Amino acid sequence: MSLDPQRHLAQQIQKIPRSGIRDFFELVLGRDDVISLGVGEPDFSSPWHIREAAIYSLERGETSYTSNLGLLSLREAIAGYVSETFDLRYDPKSEILITVGVSEAIDLAFRALLDPGDEVIYHEPCYVSYNPSIALAYGVPVAVATKPENDFSLKAADVAAAVTPKTRAIILNFPTNPTGAIIDRKELEAIAKLAVEHDIVVLSDEIYSELRYEGAEHTSIATLPGMKERTIFLHGFSKAFAMTGFRIGYACAPQVLTEAMMKIHQYSMLCAPITSQVAAIEALRHGAGPAEEMRQAYANRRNLLLTRFADAGIPCFAPGGAFYAFPDIRATGMSSQDFARELLDEESVACVPGDAFGPSGDGFLRCCYAASTDSLREAMTRIGRFYRKHIS
Amino acid sequence: MNQLLELLQKNARQTDAELAELLGREATDVTTELAALEKDGTIMGYSAILDQERYAPNNATAMIEVRLRPERGGGFDRLANRVASFPQVKSCFLMSGAYDLLVIVEGDDIREIARFVSETLSTMNGILSTATHFQLKTYKANGLRQSVPGELERLPVSP
Repeated sequence: MSLDPQRHLAQQIQKIPRSGIRDFFELVLGRDDVISLGVGEPDFSSPWHIREAAIYSLERGETSYTSNLGLLSLREAIAGYVSETFDLRYDPKSEILITVGVSEAIDLAFRALLDPGDEVIYHEPCYVSYNPSIALAYGVPVAVATKPENDFSLKAADVAAAVTPKTRAIILNFPTNPTGAIIDRKELEAIAKLAVEHDIVVLSDEIYSELRYEGAEHTSIATLPGMKERTIFLHGFSKAFAMTGFRIGYACAPQVLTEAMMKIHQYSMLCAPITSQVAAIEALRHGAGPAEEMRQAYANRRNLLLTRFADAGIPCFAPGGAFYAFPDIRATGMSSQDFARELLDEESVACVPGDAFGPSGDGFLRCCYAASTDSLREAMTRIGRFYRKHIS
Repeated sequence: MNQLLELLQKNARQTDAELAELLGREATDVTTELAALEKDGTIMGYSAILDQERYAPNNATAMIEVRLRPERGGGFDRLANRVASFPQVKSCFLMSGAYDLLVIVEGDDIREIARFVSETLSTMNGILSTATHFQLKTYKANGLRQSVPGELERLPVSP
């Protein structure tokens, strides 16, 4: 007899739907003829110098636990990098926590901040974990839709309209997965003012911040007046250094927040794997060159994709960052789900339906351009053909 | 850094239109720039990169360290240019350190290279000595690794 989920599974878990990405993943799985623009990670392996540092660390027998916060040498390297890159100063001894990817840091932050019923504002479409992470921490997710007419950037006025006395936190992610959107400094300043005014903590997931194109600027909200003391700055190595599988992220925050997050991390994860931490140190010491080469490759592919979307008559705004394009397929009259499924059936191209990232993504498609130029060209030919056939 | 040349160095068979797409430029613009770079000699030519172990497994390659007697006025240049003129010399560099020229020679087999060294190179006036090192196995050439493991499996869809 199998277990009765109603009886044995926590209510909390039963309420959370499966990720839309997983459904789609299962459709694609087992088909080897598919060109996939469906990934959310670099198509490069981690640069060799980073892999070599990890191997050397294993050879030396570095296989122990580290401090709960992470290796001090890594925290010091991060403090230097964050200071230089984002103009933010954190004390490596008490204000930086190394986590297993940014995803863990987000989970820790929500669990550290929220009491049951506390509201968290997030912008949507967004990374698939935000809403469930809030719910798993017994918070109430409050989505603010970003709009196609604003190139999916966030407007402070929309955030303001969502603030209630129960709002405890706002989570921001610019450049954004899945849209590639960036945010105006003006809007960021207005959101910062709101946060200060209403005494709200801001989680700023800046994992894509190195991957910007055509001179797009990036400001961390933590640098704005009154913000450092209420911001959890989240970053990691997965995207810029192509280290997704190493699973290293970090949170920089005032000591009281870092300490609270560390408590949970200590009793659940204990510490991030030492091999990955050593690899991350190498990435910060010598990784700038290879990272810039990869960024340049993404920039070229982004140009390719935008040219091809324009040629095919598919509306698509020029994304300022990340490695995603978010074309508008509403003219076909199809839902994102139908479009993506039929595109997969008819043309063997996998793109993730926009609504997998929240209902406001419906009518759009996430196309990841971290793929070889040959497969991008072929995929774009097929998408163009499919679009022409289905446009009403 | 010239973006166009970087792309071309990775794959010289890309058409001007394809290069233009990657750079977000007009194809005619790319054509004009390439013509100018060819004319001023920045682009010296285009060639195929072959896996020599597949294409010509019996070919031999040697790195030859050559010591020269420098000449008044011209230094090493006249003699180095004479050495470089032999068609079997694929590359020729003036080096710092214990010897003067590094000469890379290719031949149909080891004997052909041995003959070139003993009968031609070492007998030239002004050549003081040679030390020949034969290449045994290639792990990486022209920036490309030989026999790299096949494509890695990646998840087709991920968040």
